[in-house]
Amino acid sequence: MPVERLEGFQTGRTPGEGEEEFKRGLLLTTLDRAVGWARKQSMWPVTFGLACCAIEMMATGAGDYDLSRWGMELFRASPRQADLMIVAGRVSQKMAPVLRTVYDQMPEPKWVISMGVCASAGGMFTNYAVVQGVDTIVPVDIYVPGCPPKPEMLMYGILRLHEKVRKEPAT
Amino acid sequence: MNAAGIADRVRMSYPEVVVSRDEASVSVGRDDLLAALGSFRDDPALRLDFLSSVTATDRPGGDPRFWVVYELSSSELHHRLRVKVGLSEEDPRIPSVTALFPTADWHERETYDFFGVVFEGHPDLRRILLPDDWEGWPLRKTEELGGVNTRYHGAFIPPVDRRTS
Repeated sequence: MPVERLEGFQTGRTPGEGEEEFKRGLLLTTLDRAVGWARKQSMWPVTFGLACCAIEMMATGAGDYDLSRWGMELFRASPRQADLMIVAGRVSQKMAPVLRTVYDQMPEPKWVISMGVCASAGGMFTNYAVVQGVDTIVPVDIYVPGCPPKPEMLMYGILRLHEKVRKEPAT
Repeated sequence: MNAAGIADRVRMSYPEVVVSRDEASVSVGRDDLLAALGSFRDDPALRLDFLSSVTATDRPGGDPRFWVVYELSSSELHHRLRVKVGLSEEDPRIPSVTALFPTADWHERETYDFFGVVFEGHPDLRRILLPDDWEGWPLRKTEELGGVNTRYHGAFIPPVDRRTS
């Protein structure tokens, strides 16, 4: 296989040069690209299902949609072993400090997907009890709209996050 | 016993009884509450031994503004009675019935949490569902629905009709 077809390991050299290196058994890349590629290939989400969106998130992880295609089927019960938080559902005011604590306990680097309109902007719960957008509590990387989003929409959001993670600098 | 029978029985000691849609309701004064609930519980003809709910309603501008509602039911005779107590806006205090019905404990805390009705003599009257540092009584009709602080480092989110973007 020509080297330029290995996603994430494109070197910027001309194909001829890369071909030569490949024949010699070498694969050249930058550290940022290698780290980004590794991070993207194995994300471990923390379980943070809060409402009906969690059902769609579970469906995404189950057999029909199968998140393990991207090495993500391990929803960790401990935030210390996770690097992605999918906020699935409306966040009540009383849950807000809990959510932030879980986020703080996750090791760097970490990412957040705000799943559904309730987590993103309060949605139909325009009242005193629900946080009007989880981005007032934690930094959000990807907003997935919908009420609730279908598994395909969540997967699209996850793939867009993968693109972002792959291109992020390692440090 | 049907609602009319319960009403007749209750009317002997507490005259303000209403029967509507086959449900009996009696209004009692704040000072009579404990005696009333105790007598309904111990009356062999009523045997209202279970307090299934305590809640309140709010009518701003009305007098009394608050009605605290006790739903009694009899597990033996399978009938129900609603007891209501009116409270004024200036003085929303009422004796706790936890001594008669221990199940009233959390019901009264919830009513306190949402309406600000103070249950005197309650063993542990604090907020039960809202955060401990919450200000205000959100189920009062005079409270704003939106426009509250996010309970983490104080971000303020305006109501949905006043958001700019």
